[in-house]
Amino acid sequence: MYPSKHSHAPQSPPPEISGPTRGFSIRDASAADLDQIIAIDAEITGLKKVDYWYEVFHRYGARARQQRQFLVAEVDGRVEGFILGEIRDWEFGEPPCGWVFGISVRPDARLGGIGTRLLDAICAGFKRGGVTKVRTLLARDNNLVMSFFRAQGMMAAPFIALERDIA
Amino acid sequence: MKLQRSTSIALCSILEAAASPERLVSAPEIAEKYGVSPHHLAKVLQQLGRARLVVASRGVGGGYRFVGNPKRVTLLDVIEIFEDISARPAESGDKENATDVGRALALVLSEVDETARATFRSITISTMLKLIARERPGD
Repeated sequence: MYPSKHSHAPQSPPPEISGPTRGFSIRDASAADLDQIIAIDAEITGLKKVDYWYEVFHRYGARARQQRQFLVAEVDGRVEGFILGEIRDWEFGEPPCGWVFGISVRPDARLGGIGTRLLDAICAGFKRGGVTKVRTLLARDNNLVMSFFRAQGMMAAPFIALERDIA
Repeated sequence: MKLQRSTSIALCSILEAAASPERLVSAPEIAEKYGVSPHHLAKVLQQLGRARLVVASRGVGGGYRFVGNPKRVTLLDVIEIFEDISARPAESGDKENATDVGRALALVLSEVDETARATFRSITISTMLKLIARERPGD
């Protein structure tokens, strides 16, 4: 996949959303959040990918492009989770839709609705950008995240991911 | 993909019971709704009881209650009580599987099996109840 060159309707920053139970808020990621984001990702994946996340922030952070979003969930100054994605046009021949490329919530902060609120917030942004469908792609054995997306009402998309070794 | 009849009955029974946790669901009610023989249903419910997914209450007003955790129990958990849908390894005595054609076919079938397992494993009873509500006419 490659970034779309087409522009979408201008988006205003997302309204700050407060969670009902723990008082978390959802907002755009900032450069100051990167250390925590890198730590969350490293805790979950076992790999500390500093350069990767700085590059992601350069591309997705601070509304680098209107159709891109990089959001964090914050509780009392602590980043508990994040989500990123963007609207892409005619990817795989399909009309424009929102793609979620990553979502993570600290293991000790799960089951509190943070993932749901992050997904809701990015979907609201996609909707403001003029699309009405959200998609994602994940490993078949990533049951934890697949179950999460299923619980959010997501069903199989009309695609099959294919691969082969390149000799 | 087609599930065995017992598996299908088990899933329907679990979902009926989980949808109404405040009451007991009677076996005749399930049998009538899904067009299944009471004898077959009794055997299925017995297996679900042994798997500690339902408990039975006997007597007038008796029935079944789902006692699993709807956010944890998946479709695969229920299915695997009744049938094995895992990717099938080639049987050593099967001549077809010793051929290039047989091995290539097995590879494709295994791909289908693994996708089916991943799908069933990712859908909990709770997610299914939401899906059922969404599919309900008028909702």
